[in-house]
Amino acid sequence: MKISFTLNGTPKTVNVPEDMPLLWILRDTMDMKGTKYGCGIGQCGACSVHVGGALQRSCQMKAAAVQGANVTTIEGLSPDGSHPLQKVWEELDVAQCGYCQAGQIMAAAALLKTKPRPTDADIDTAMARNICRCATYNRIREGIHRAAAIAAAD
Amino acid sequence: MTPITTPHLGRRSFLKVTAIAGGGLLLSAYVPFGLSKEDEKLLADFVPNAFIRVTADGKITIISKNPECGQGIKTMLPMLIADEFDVPWASVTVEQAMADTTKYTGQTAGGSNATPSNWDPMRRVGAVGRQMMLAAAAQTWSVPVAECTTDAGTVMHKASGKKATYGALAATAATMPVPDQTKVPLKDPKDYKIIGKFTPGVDNRAIVTGKPLFGIDVTVPGMQYAVFEKCPVFGGKVVSANTDAIAKEPGVTKCFIVPGGAVLSELLPGVAIIADSWWAAQSARKKLVVQWDEGKTATQSTVGFAAKAKELFAAPPIKTVRNDGEVDAALAKAVKTVDATYDYPFIAHATLEPQNCTAHFHDGRMEIWAPSQNPISGRGLIAKHLGIDATTIDIHMMRNGGGFGRRLNNDYMVEAAFIAKEAGVPVKLVWSREDDMRHDFYRPGGHHHLKGGVDAAGKVVAWKDHFVSYGTGEQFTQAGNMGAGDFPAGLVPDFNLGYSIIESGIPTGFLRAPSSNALAYVMHSFIDELAIAAGVDQFKFRMDLLAGISAGAKSSVDVERMKGVLQMVAEKSGWGKGPALPKGRGRGIAFYFSHRGYFAEVVEATVSKAGGVTVNQVWVAGDVGRQIINPSGADNQVQGSVMDGIAEALAQEITFENGRTKQANLGEYKLLRMAQAPKVEVHWRITDNNPTGIGEPALPPVIPALCNAIFAATGKRIRSLPISKHDLSWT
Repeated sequence: MKISFTLNGTPKTVNVPEDMPLLWILRDTMDMKGTKYGCGIGQCGACSVHVGGALQRSCQMKAAAVQGANVTTIEGLSPDGSHPLQKVWEELDVAQCGYCQAGQIMAAAALLKTKPRPTDADIDTAMARNICRCATYNRIREGIHRAAAIAAAD
Repeated sequence: MTPITTPHLGRRSFLKVTAIAGGGLLLSAYVPFGLSKEDEKLLADFVPNAFIRVTADGKITIISKNPECGQGIKTMLPMLIADEFDVPWASVTVEQAMADTTKYTGQTAGGSNATPSNWDPMRRVGAVGRQMMLAAAAQTWSVPVAECTTDAGTVMHKASGKKATYGALAATAATMPVPDQTKVPLKDPKDYKIIGKFTPGVDNRAIVTGKPLFGIDVTVPGMQYAVFEKCPVFGGKVVSANTDAIAKEPGVTKCFIVPGGAVLSELLPGVAIIADSWWAAQSARKKLVVQWDEGKTATQSTVGFAAKAKELFAAPPIKTVRNDGEVDAALAKAVKTVDATYDYPFIAHATLEPQNCTAHFHDGRMEIWAPSQNPISGRGLIAKHLGIDATTIDIHMMRNGGGFGRRLNNDYMVEAAFIAKEAGVPVKLVWSREDDMRHDFYRPGGHHHLKGGVDAAGKVVAWKDHFVSYGTGEQFTQAGNMGAGDFPAGLVPDFNLGYSIIESGIPTGFLRAPSSNALAYVMHSFIDELAIAAGVDQFKFRMDLLAGISAGAKSSVDVERMKGVLQMVAEKSGWGKGPALPKGRGRGIAFYFSHRGYFAEVVEATVSKAGGVTVNQVWVAGDVGRQIINPSGADNQVQGSVMDGIAEALAQEITFENGRTKQANLGEYKLLRMAQAPKVEVHWRITDNNPTGIGEPALPPVIPALCNAIFAATGKRIRSLPISKHDLSWT
């Protein structure tokens, strides 16, 4: 089916099977590789994107539901990789293998939108559905606090 | 700069491969015949060896030879080169090498080997480059080379005030003789500018902006997508499949049977589905009907294995690994004895990036893009199963989305190569998470029947272990072994270790700190039991154990280094200080030596009345020698290893029924999540030993330290992992 939606601010139209998850539309149809496949059942969060500004597991969203949606991926989180979370992630050297980090950053960005100065408990709740197999959790937590502080200072 | 002319190229093409200390290899520029314009341009640049490239415009590229799987090697190896080459880190671009045995050795991520085997050779690679820059400057200025110095990519001659950048000197440097790398001077460690500094990963920018980087991100023009269905029972074969019907499914271009062989780590029989998208291939798979010949493993199960272990414990071990003194007599004489049976399950690697590989057979060559920890071995597999010459296989080493030992095997690589050659188009094979979970090379389970004794002074005097492992005949399955040097052998005067084998067709393999990740749990939990029986403090009991090395006994452990980290972690955690913890909260301690690293750890855990376990904090003391090369990467590895161990201990278990894996996805197989992650405090004990690796050795002690903390909190001893299957509730 023909799906029209907005991807990172640009209107797009693709022709895909109606049950094809947004994850695979992004990765294979549109060659946007930032959004990752980890489990396909909404357990790991590697495929996290924003739809209509809210956090969404793209592996759980079928093409039909993407019609008319406003989708933001890691590639569109900021025009030039300058989102405070992206900058902090680089400086703090959060990533180990790095595979989950796009999803972690998208989840953290959604958190900061609703809670600009999150507590540790807020972070535990908001990040509960994003797995880091390398377990970079200490630095993810520090990264979120630091990015929140930078955003508050700006 | 004037480009150098062909005679130089001719000379340089004869420079030789030279072996260097530590098993490394230094290869001068390899110049192919029939140079293209691009090659000619490249050779006007300075390429003293296969690791460094400096162009006339000053661009400095350092090539990283090893597979990157999150251990930080792509950053660390170039740091070693750059520091000795004496260039600013910010000026360096790092490039990933191809898998190439003509230029490099040791292109493997395993065994925490890369640090010890590259520490010296990589620094010498940089130092050779620096010497050639010095020589070029000296010749250009007609001054003695000894009067020239370098700083930040510039050569200087103090007396004349002359200065030239490496870029300006590149063409001349390229004509200088290559000095003997064993004789080049190396920096005094106090002069390091990069080594020892917190250095973020070179791929961080690409990671945080979502650039294609991993194996699964590869796109080749004209590429199709494949899934590969293998028998759910290990070692099963395809009898027939509805391939014609599947080939008619939407988006599917081909479906065929892959005959495969019988070796579980190689190319196995299965059915390949190729389609114009991965989703189409995976969707068509739901209609795939395969008749399997399941083979003999179909009768095997976790329940059956446990029953067999019980049966084997009733008989003496089939083999003795080590016997010191008279253990039975010593047990009879001991003041206190403990008799306990321990076991731990099979576990999976569950790299977050599922196994995948892209292959393209073209122009008589096989081109591979693979996230592999061991690509050269994969090349051998492809050559064997496709009947092509290994020298016609080109492997791009893609970043691994986690390794943990899983990608030391290259089953996905040979599958992709076979399918792509058969399909005649570039093919990206991507395993589903379910494929990944069901076709792993698992950390094998194990069972131990232990008897230990302590004397009146509270020291361990007798230790007897009947280890029941998995394998065939008397042969241990991979990573299910135990040897004569394994802890605590050599530390207890009367000691006996024997083993028996459960026949198993389950594929097993190396998982982060293989064997140690299981043995540390058993040994240090049992030591805890002995300490309690003896009525001695857990820290002191372990210090005494390390002091008690018997005369003439051999131990692979340097007890002084081990005691050093144990002492350090006790101090940092305030062991034995402060008020007693309330019921439900406890601390545990353990140490272990593995992969050349010495680690001691303290865990503080809380167990709720309902029995829920929270790990509050972990203190780590580690000794990996005199230099922490990248403090950022080092702390990352330790924190990751510790949390990996906690995740394994808390809830991870792979079970088998009818010869197949029961768990399929991350709902049933629990990886650690944010709220479970404790604060991990890392302390380094610097000792005058060559630097060694840290991808693994911090993992083993955390599991027993956690189980010991749970005992301290609840009085319940975890003699079987994972912790989640025990009722830890208390009133």
